[in-house]
Order: sequence, then C-alpha cells, then structure tokens
Amino acid sequence: MGKIWIITRRELASFFDSLIAYVMIILFLGLSGMFTWLVGTNVFLMNQASMQVFFSIAFWSLFFFIPAITMRMIAEENKAGTIELLITKAVTDNQIVLGKFFACLILVVIALVCTLPYYITLSQLGNVDDGAVIGGYMALLMLSASYISIGLFSSSLTQNQIVAFLTALTIGIFFHLLFDVIGNTITGVAGSVFNYLSMSVHFESMSRGVVDSRDLVYFISIIAIGLLSSQVMLSKRNWQS
Amino acid sequence: MSIVVENLTKKYGEQKAVNDISFEIKTGEVVGFLGPNGAGKSTTMKILTCFMAPSSGDIRIDGDSIHTNPEKIKKRIGYLPENNPLYLEMPIVDYLRFTAEVQGVEKSLIPQRIAEMIDRCGLDREKHKNINELSKGYRQRVGLAQAMIHDPEILIFDEPTTGLDPNQIIEIRKLIKDLGKEKTVILSSHILSEVEATCDRIIIINKGRIVADGTSEILRSQAEGQELLKISIEAPAEKVEKAILGLGSVEKVTEIEGKDGWFQVQSKPDVSSRKEIFDLCVKNSWYLMEMSGFETRLEDVFQKLTK
Repeated sequence: MGKIWIITRRELASFFDSLIAYVMIILFLGLSGMFTWLVGTNVFLMNQASMQVFFSIAFWSLFFFIPAITMRMIAEENKAGTIELLITKAVTDNQIVLGKFFACLILVVIALVCTLPYYITLSQLGNVDDGAVIGGYMALLMLSASYISIGLFSSSLTQNQIVAFLTALTIGIFFHLLFDVIGNTITGVAGSVFNYLSMSVHFESMSRGVVDSRDLVYFISIIAIGLLSSQVMLSKRNWQS
Repeated sequence: MSIVVENLTKKYGEQKAVNDISFEIKTGEVVGFLGPNGAGKSTTMKILTCFMAPSSGDIRIDGDSIHTNPEKIKKRIGYLPENNPLYLEMPIVDYLRFTAEVQGVEKSLIPQRIAEMIDRCGLDREKHKNINELSKGYRQRVGLAQAMIHDPEILIFDEPTTGLDPNQIIEIRKLIKDLGKEKTVILSSHILSEVEATCDRIIIINKGRIVADGTSEILRSQAEGQELLKISIEAPAEKVEKAILGLGSVEKVTEIEGKDGWFQVQSKPDVSSRKEIFDLCVKNSWYLMEMSGFETRLEDVFQKLTK
C-alpha cells in the first residue's frame, strides 16, 4: 500500500500543478450546477427536493470528463520514456496501475465533494430522500471508478493522448448508451445480457437508493477487468517479441 | 556482490537484439559496454534493470534472479536510461523525494540524502527550479542524482554523456570515476575515448554478441598482434633497409613515402626488434633520429571487431 500511495500522491500533485484538476473541477461544477439549477428540466421545474437531476447530469458529464483525466496517465509516460524510469524503480506494475487509478479516483471524489452544497441547499428547501442521495453518490463513484479503469486501459494502449481519449470514449459509449439501446431492441436471453451490461441500468437502480449486489458485482467486475488489462498492457514489454 | 549474466537472448520478432551473451561483473568494477548503434547495449541494460524480461537466459545478482526477485534487484540498482527521461513538470527536490520514497529510503534519511545528492551533482544553484527549466546538462545531473539517491551498489548509465558540452562531459566522467571507487558501474557508450577514460574493463558488443572483453590494454594487444615501429635513420636508405631486413627479429620493412629516411618496421610475432635496431645503428655509426611504436588506437580495434 505504501508504494501505491507514493505514486498516487505524485500523480495528484501533478494534476494540481498542471491545472488539470482545477479546470476539471470548475467545468464539472459549472456544467452540473447550470443544468441542476438554471437550465432545462432543473430542480425548480421538477418542483421536487431531489438530487435526481444532478445525478443524471453527472452521469453524462463524468462520462466525458474522466477520459480527459485518464488519457495522459500512461500514454504520456510511454511517450516521454519516463515509464522506463518508473518501472525500474522498486515498484511492481500492479502498484503503478493502482497508484494511478487511485489518483484519478481521488480527483473525482474531490469534484463530487464540491457538489455537497447542492444537497445542503436542497435539504433546506424540502425533505430530501437521504437514502437516494447516498445511493446516488455511490453510483457516481462506482461509475467513475469503472470509467477510470477503462480510461487507464485506453491510455496504456498508446503513446498518443488523443488516441487514448477517443478509445476510452469509444469503449465507454458502449456501456453508457449502446448496450442499453441494443438490450431494448432485441428480446430474449441476448437482450437481457445486453441489458445487464448497460451502465445506465445499474446506475439508475443504485441512484434510486437500492444498493443491489448485482449492481456492485457489475461495477467491480468492470473495474477489475480494466485494471487487469492495463497491467497486462504495461507488462507487454516482457513477452513482446 | 557479483552480477552473472547467463546466455541472455532477447528477440524482437525475427531479429535477435541480444544473442546468447554471458559475462560476469564483480564488485567495484567499472565496465563499459561499447558497440555501434543498435548493437544491443541498451537492450542488455534494460534487461539488467528489470525493465523487460529476456526471451531466454538469466541474470543473477548475488543469487537473486531477475525472473524471481525483480523487486530486490531493482532496489540495488540505480539506473539512468538513454535520453534521460524525467517528470519535467516537477520541481527537482520533489522529484528526488519521490524517487527516494519509491526506492524505499527510510523516511528520516530522505532530507539528508536529497541534500547530499544536490551537493554531489552540483545542483545547488538550481535546486528550486522545475526540471523543465533546466538545461540539458543540469537535467543529466538530475538524472544521475535520482539514480544514486538510494545509495545503490550498482549503477547503470545508458549513454550518460550524449548531448553534453565538453566541460560537462569531463565533469560527468569525473563523477563516474569517483563512483567507481566504491560502487560497481556499468555504462554504455559509442564514444571510445570516453570508455577508455572511465572504465577498467571494456565489453565490445556487436550485433547482439560479445566480440571482445577485457581492459583497453588487452584489447589493443589482441588487435595488434605484432609490434610495429616507426624509425628515422640518417644514412643511405637502401643500405639501411637491407641491414634491418637482415635482423633476426624483423619481418617486414617499408619506406614511409614522402619522408626521407623514415621506415616502418614490423617485427616477427612475440618479439621486439627495438634493441637490435639500436645495436645495428651503433655498429654502423648511423644516427638514429627517432624510434617510436605505432600505438594501435582503440578506434582501430573497434572497427576491426565490429565490421
């Protein structure tokens, strides 16, 4: 754990030094705040003291922001050659991937914590379903962790950050949207398989405040597969010939 | 402490970057890998530093194999990769602290180690800067500092002086020489004079194989084989040529073109003809103006071996 935390700390410092963190947090808060409070089907229009509006906005904004955070994580090191320096230190590939994963996750958590005033404001306006809020934040956290692991994997494939970004979005859109669409158009076993693969189905059930083990298994599997594949890509140099 | 490399092979597709090389390095040796570009020097170093696994073969450091104990080996090695990649956006001190932590330096010792490295690598005036604000020479020093921060027993430098100006090259060579007094240093280069100036032992690699291994003197004498002399005698040329050829130890005499009274004399294998030539001049009352050995340059050895 010690080594992982050292790497996480360095990555976090570099997020804040390079302003990526600030830009990301400000954009996230700006967008989600605008759609939650001011524009479109906002809280006032719904006339309900509910965080659902915010969660469904964050569902989309995180989908776009996370690949932007993760794209540089490994691709940049591949390009600059610093990955060689890092790997030849006394750390394992596993620790490198996990260190980077937690750095991204902490950044997202910081952004999410910044939205807690929304909850406080709403609870002044009416009775908020606390269970749904906790479930919603958990769902956002799980969703973020899943997209971070997908993003890290995309970043480990290439030296080019834009390629990493687009790859992450491409893989992401399947889980985010396409599996849902496919699942709804075809029937039978295949349909329910695609339905199970869809991120939005699990996200919605969780953000209603129902934490089901099916959903947890789903998210944790995606995270694990993403992290493992990133590690495999990082270790590729060993068996590549 | 000893580094044992056994039948190391690394394939990139069909091409063998390193082809079945074996050697052993003992504590305190300063070893230079020499070879043309693409000979397999960097690949060997990357395997040695556990950056990648070999296709076959093994490296053991005090019995720890790169296959089974990479973490332990990595801790004992300080590595400066080719082109010196660094986290450019980081301040020097932060970067050194990060390296020290990752390498498992004890927390209470870290500030002291950083101060020592900054002092030793001459970074004092620049220590508050970010790495991307540094010139190439200073970046190289940061690279050296990060390699040495955990006081490793083995230092591996891949082309440590490329792109530096002559003064910086001399400084870095001096540093390497100093390091060699207490540590095992392995460096690679394609600059012959550099290897000759800094290393006790030279391993010449070509096309993935070791073609020569030894001190610079041994390599020279291997390449020379027979003594070659340049002499200048003030006397009738034909007479001199004939007389020298008559000596028992001389195999061949040729007059050096364009220079009057200068000859190139090749001795028979394993004998020297210097004394006989001198005696000959004394006997005939000739004036021996000059006699010097042709020093085979390492460049010639290198060319001969890597062609």
